[in-house]
Amino acid sequence: MAIIKVCGVETEYGIQMLGVPDPNPITASSLLVNAYLSLVSKKVGWDFVDESPMVDARGFTRDFQLAPEVETHLINTVLSNGARYYVDHAHPEYSSPECYTPREALLYDKAGEEVLRRSMEGAARVLGPGQSVVVYKNNSDRKGNSYGCHENYMMDRAVPFGKIVSQVMPFFVTRQIFAGAGKVGTEMAYLPKEQVPFQISQRADFFEEEVGLETTLKRPIVNTRDEPHADAARFRRLHVILGDANMSEYSTFLKVGTTAIVLSMIEDGFLDGLDTTLETPVPSLRAVSYDLTLKRPLPLADGGTATALEVQGMYLEAAKEYAAAGGLASIGDEAEGKEILRLWEEVLSDLEVDPMRLADRLDWVAKYRLVTGYRERHDVAWDDSRLAAIDLQFHDIRKSKSLFYRLGQERLLADDEIEIAVTEPPRRTRAYFRGKCLAKYASNVAAANWDSMIFDLGEDPLRRVPMMDPLRGTADHVDELIEGCDTAAELLRALGS
Amino acid sequence: MAEREMVRKTTSSRSTETVEEEAKSASTEKSEKLKAELDDLIDEIDEVLEDNAEEFVRNYVQKGGQ
Repeated sequence: MAIIKVCGVETEYGIQMLGVPDPNPITASSLLVNAYLSLVSKKVGWDFVDESPMVDARGFTRDFQLAPEVETHLINTVLSNGARYYVDHAHPEYSSPECYTPREALLYDKAGEEVLRRSMEGAARVLGPGQSVVVYKNNSDRKGNSYGCHENYMMDRAVPFGKIVSQVMPFFVTRQIFAGAGKVGTEMAYLPKEQVPFQISQRADFFEEEVGLETTLKRPIVNTRDEPHADAARFRRLHVILGDANMSEYSTFLKVGTTAIVLSMIEDGFLDGLDTTLETPVPSLRAVSYDLTLKRPLPLADGGTATALEVQGMYLEAAKEYAAAGGLASIGDEAEGKEILRLWEEVLSDLEVDPMRLADRLDWVAKYRLVTGYRERHDVAWDDSRLAAIDLQFHDIRKSKSLFYRLGQERLLADDEIEIAVTEPPRRTRAYFRGKCLAKYASNVAAANWDSMIFDLGEDPLRRVPMMDPLRGTADHVDELIEGCDTAAELLRALGS
Repeated sequence: MAEREMVRKTTSSRSTETVEEEAKSASTEKSEKLKAELDDLIDEIDEVLEDNAEEFVRNYVQKGGQ
């Protein structure tokens, strides 16, 4: 039986600093993170210039910190919802906490968007008149620079990595037909612009390898980073770097949901008989992205061909059998697993009849309809900069400016649950322990990490609480304990560490 | 999600024809609604869109990331 697919989504956001001469993206990103911290700690009149680095003379290596730290100009922090919020590669990045189900991963991804919106508002208070920082949830600047939206899934270490690679590859190459965020044009320098007026994925232009460790150059479809942030003897964290940052709740839910199901099936040996090996995964990834008809045949290793829809259909059929055999419990919630299957089938069947049916649910379709509608109305060419502007502004996270939000898309979440998720951690993973400790014992938390919490009780040495199992430290495990401990010292005594 | 679930349950006992007809008209209704919303947005998009599209697109430069 596959283990629970604990999962999460991490997003590097695009930023624009307006009204500032020589804007520096690292400064702008730091400003956002600090602005948010000053909001949540209700610190008024915070001044970025006076912020001094927090250095621990005891020489402890800190992965990230509660207080804002300027360390090689990068800021790292942990939020009370269990998320990590920091500056990475000149972008603000929000890594959701460990989530128990795909819907929860969607919820905490949307909560992250809200964190960034509040950060923008906070930053506006300390910036001068006419200055602002604007945040975009996309993956490319349209000039060949890309930044990622990664997913993480917990897998059983016993599954050979080679098996994961071969069985997930055709799925990864084709899942963009519902998970793509859409892009006007291409960033492949050698391609004539008119050849790709619009494509399904933001990221397909940037992938050059099938398998590898890189994330910023020669990006691979399957990433081999082996950093489980948990007991390495039992768990693997599959780090997925291929996806687009989605605005649409349906796209994110389906992206994470179907991937979690496919990975569970691989773990349970349910795909061992599936024969859909693609002959050329990297060129196929782009072929799928460039083909809005979804009818283009992809060469298979056995000499045959299959379209992206057919490949997805094969995984869906296997997933239905898997559901009938009771496999979906590994999604964390069997009913939710069935809902993912229902939506997956509905979306594939709509895509087959006419992708435009999904203009109110999927990112790429919504964006395509918007740019084609604008083109028809104003009779503009595909290379008109207004279409490129629409593409970028689709991803503006300000609800008044975002063309995605102004389109009024179908939703799966309610605003009030997102509001709660901005501050409250998921209840069924170790993120609960992390978030609640930060909320209750903040002054004694020296550092937090995915797999440990470091407490400073004012005496040597610092005390480390390991959290090597993502499924321990849940509300069921620790709620009473935290409730009953008024201080961090009491908590540590109760934990016996 | 719950709403869709309910719609499915209530329609399952009726004849396939009725269901198909209803689905068809619901689908037409929906595509008309979508079209109306899109038209509205396109009407106002030039007001929402960044003032100088060309400059906005040119100035949107990011450092590469992961």
